[in-house]
Amino acid sequence: MAVHADATHAHAPSRKPYFLTCGFLLVMTLITYVVAKFDLGPLNDVVALSIAVFKATAVVLFFMHVRHSSNLTKLTVVSGFLWLAFMILITLSDYLTRGWLDTFASGR
Amino acid sequence: MHNGSATAGHVRLQHHFDDLEQQREASTFGMWVFLCTEILFFGGLFTTYVVYRQRFHGVFAQASRDLNVVWGGTNTAVLICSSLTMALAIWSAQINRRKLIVAFLLITMAFGLTFLGIKTIEYKEKFDHHLVPGPHFHYVCPPGEPCHPEQAEVFFSLYFAMTGLHALHMIVGVGLLSYLLLPSWQGRYTSEWHNPLECIGLYWHFVDIVWIFLFPLLYLIGAHSGH
Repeated sequence: MAVHADATHAHAPSRKPYFLTCGFLLVMTLITYVVAKFDLGPLNDVVALSIAVFKATAVVLFFMHVRHSSNLTKLTVVSGFLWLAFMILITLSDYLTRGWLDTFASGR
Repeated sequence: MHNGSATAGHVRLQHHFDDLEQQREASTFGMWVFLCTEILFFGGLFTTYVVYRQRFHGVFAQASRDLNVVWGGTNTAVLICSSLTMALAIWSAQINRRKLIVAFLLITMAFGLTFLGIKTIEYKEKFDHHLVPGPHFHYVCPPGEPCHPEQAEVFFSLYFAMTGLHALHMIVGVGLLSYLLLPSWQGRYTSEWHNPLECIGLYWHFVDIVWIFLFPLLYLIGAHSGH
């Protein structure tokens, strides 16, 4: 335990990752704004959400210190977002397939 | 009991933990479990958004153009900067600079209040333009485009529900930060123990993440269409 406590103070904490993360987030915000100006069809939503996921990941890993967190904390974080993914996917599996009932009923 | 631990007997160590590291680990884990419930809290609204967005695809993009991208983008930048200063407040605790903690907390609160101020201006515009769902809702369709005011009303309902819940979290966040000011000034948070800073920081960053998704979903979906 003593070794564990010492390890957290072994190195002076650096500010650099925070400034880099902030710069990354601001640049990505600019990129998502510029990309949204172009009509890419359905890709607009894909690109915008991908950039948002990248940004959220940077916040979680660096600002929220999950990079240096215990495996228990990492598991908790992943499960939280996984539940959200389940909720959206299972809900969509209902809404997006409702039209299929009519297709089957008409025998096509 | 781990009496040999380096932090045993520390003034901030509660009796049911072996040492500060275990205590910190427990509070971080607990905070993340709470944030998981927050993910699902906002998740209900995000799921509703996804369902209606795929159903009313064109009108959502059309109605989105009535939101002010400049204000929304500015607020995105404001929140990102507030996350930076929040992280720097914790960094200040790690190097035992109590006045620096207070300074960064105050800057973070200022960013938070700036966000809320801009949000107020935006809400005021929506009231003035009759874009608030309810009896006074009046959506003027852009000429030459499909006209479904009732679908646009769903978009604005979601806009107010999602940004409103988010703004409520911002208000709570600013309140939590103000609660940290006095103990920070008194030198309560040190490199050895600053769990309240860390946990409230996690909350603050989480609220930032919610906005990171709200900005493209609400403000940018119509940017490539219209004028």
